[in-house]
Amino acid sequence: MSNRRNFIKAASGVAVATALGFGLLGAAQAADPLKVGFVYISPIGDAGWTYQHDQGRLQMEKALGDKVATKYIENVPEGADAERVIRELASSGYNLIYATSFGYMNYVERVAKQFPNVTLMHATGYKTGKNFGNYNARFYEGRYLNGVVAGKMSKSNVLGYVAAFPIPEVVMGINAFARGARSVNPDAEVRVIWVNSWYDPGKEREATLTLISQGADMLTHHTDSTAVVQAAEEKGVNAFSYHSDMSKYGAKAQLSGTTHQWGKFYTDTTQSVLDGTWKPASTWGGIKEGMIEIVPLNSSVPADVKALVDKLEGDMRAGTFHPFAGPVVDQDGKTRVAAGEVISDEDLSHMKYFVEGVASKLRQN
Amino acid sequence: MLSFKLETRPEASRTMSYLSPLIAVALTMLGGLLLFSALGKDPLEGFQVFFLNPLRHWYGVSELLLKAVPLMLIAVGLAIGFRANVWNIGAEGQFILGACGATGVALAMGDSSGPLVLPAMVVAGALGGAAWAAIPAFLRTRFNANEILVSLMLVYVAQLLVSWLVFGPWMDPDGFNFPQSKMFSDSALLPLLVEGTRLNLAFVMALGVLVIGYVFMHNSYLGFKMRVAGEAADAARYAGFSAKRMVWIGLLVGGACAGLAGMAEVAGPMGQLTDKVASGYGFAAIIVAFVGRLNPIGIFFASLLMALLFLGGEQAQLYLSLPASISKVFQGMLLFFLLGSDLFINYRLRVRLTLAKAGD
Repeated sequence: MSNRRNFIKAASGVAVATALGFGLLGAAQAADPLKVGFVYISPIGDAGWTYQHDQGRLQMEKALGDKVATKYIENVPEGADAERVIRELASSGYNLIYATSFGYMNYVERVAKQFPNVTLMHATGYKTGKNFGNYNARFYEGRYLNGVVAGKMSKSNVLGYVAAFPIPEVVMGINAFARGARSVNPDAEVRVIWVNSWYDPGKEREATLTLISQGADMLTHHTDSTAVVQAAEEKGVNAFSYHSDMSKYGAKAQLSGTTHQWGKFYTDTTQSVLDGTWKPASTWGGIKEGMIEIVPLNSSVPADVKALVDKLEGDMRAGTFHPFAGPVVDQDGKTRVAAGEVISDEDLSHMKYFVEGVASKLRQN
Repeated sequence: MLSFKLETRPEASRTMSYLSPLIAVALTMLGGLLLFSALGKDPLEGFQVFFLNPLRHWYGVSELLLKAVPLMLIAVGLAIGFRANVWNIGAEGQFILGACGATGVALAMGDSSGPLVLPAMVVAGALGGAAWAAIPAFLRTRFNANEILVSLMLVYVAQLLVSWLVFGPWMDPDGFNFPQSKMFSDSALLPLLVEGTRLNLAFVMALGVLVIGYVFMHNSYLGFKMRVAGEAADAARYAGFSAKRMVWIGLLVGGACAGLAGMAEVAGPMGQLTDKVASGYGFAAIIVAFVGRLNPIGIFFASLLMALLFLGGEQAQLYLSLPASISKVFQGMLLFFLLGSDLFINYRLRVRLTLAKAGD
């Protein structure tokens, strides 16, 4: 029935006021729930980028109860079709929309201009507007901690990294992983293979096997499938998952990982829209804000490594440690951030170089 | 007992060839009703959401037309080749090259506004698509390489090429290294037909191409020769028609039309080039061309139907909470039923009732 109701509502374009509950205080607070729409790039699946966003949606739904009604549309391509889907949500009563992939940016911007009363939130972009904010997470913080574990645990000192595209977000993750590893193991080096795709289990697996044959015994990835962790499990080497905890694909292989936690952010943002206190902003949260977590370390990781990771994590939470605190030296020996300084967010989001410790070369444009 | 037998018709049935797509559409809709019931939805509500909801307001209609434009353009170009048995399966790649050609012009012009920017982009788009289609044409006519394989495999090359362009020389310097070109200036964007929608001049272009396609196929000597080449290759050879020329024309026209569609995509709803420019139009248009009976009038309606299947799938996700793949299921059903009904163009079903002999 509720489907039919939604349909009729949308079809008539009229927001029908539906009393959903009786205020216990008698104050007749029977307002419509806030309709919140989510636009996903891929199917939800059981691990990965979209899965984490959907977990966030469910967490938010749980926290806010009947104050919200959520809906998601999955597998929306990043081309011109995205604008129609986002607009459809905006025009059928969804007053808060989360668009969770970079390629939606310009379409979100256009819909935001056409629907000034709708709040739009775009993940991983850089534009904002009066009713249009963006958000992202400091994935690199988790990467650094994973790198520390990798540097401590590697026997071959070769760390493998399967990466999608050379954009700053990916580059800073590779650099953070390398800096983490080098901080405890000056001989560690990171080798990168680009698969030129966010999701291609076949290529990801092939790249993993290539890295293993080059001696890598610690692997991680900035791609969307579970292929790297699975291949590592099969070959008896170790891996660090990304996006989600993938321990069920590699109970022995996975030592830790970097996961995205959007639930608290979605709850807080949605609450601020409900309260009328929402302001356009660019949010970039990390471990401190609870937007990034590392996967609990595998029991095979020794206690001293765990203690070190716990300490660093605590320092990041307290804001006393930054993975890119100077000196940051690139792989050609040039100092990019002087000792005593910390990289600015601006420089971080434009990062176009590999730090020392990364053996592969970055394609320069 | 009843026995069923397929019998060859003495002559292909013209009626059936027109009826077949209509039967396929009807069966697809019927299949849709069953599908909705099987998924636990009210079938009538499902039908309404899927087929009627996208058109409930003018904006929806404009979106339907916008989505149909590239399908029309590509399908009519492909139909000209298909009629001559030239199997260009790589329109997706030619679409990408058209988008790249048009983007090259738009970026070279920069902010300089002028009435010549758009026409230059149209030409560059068509040339880009035609150039990409010229590769299978050359390999086919020179080395007899199968154009189906060559054109299809060039799609992947085209995808890598556009990826290289937007990660490399055409990357927006202010775009945080994301794979995208700069946004086009206003003079490089197709003017809107209706303010407040996304429907633009490309729709008029597509209608024009449909008319030209129709005249070419039905009222020109060259169009006649291509049809003969497709329907009776031996007759065409005896008549002295050059088979190589047919291959060249079939592929170049198909490529140019697909390139035009690519131009319309970047200069229309996208407003820039990204590596996500190709969204399957080149492949969907193959279904459109056949549902439309390789005839521009049929293609017009078939592209609207195909666009409706895309839009309906989005509506079904939003209002019925059905998975995204529902659009693909409908497209698959349509093609399946079409191929099934097409069997009866050349065959008819004989049903015989024979009495069983005693003792059997």
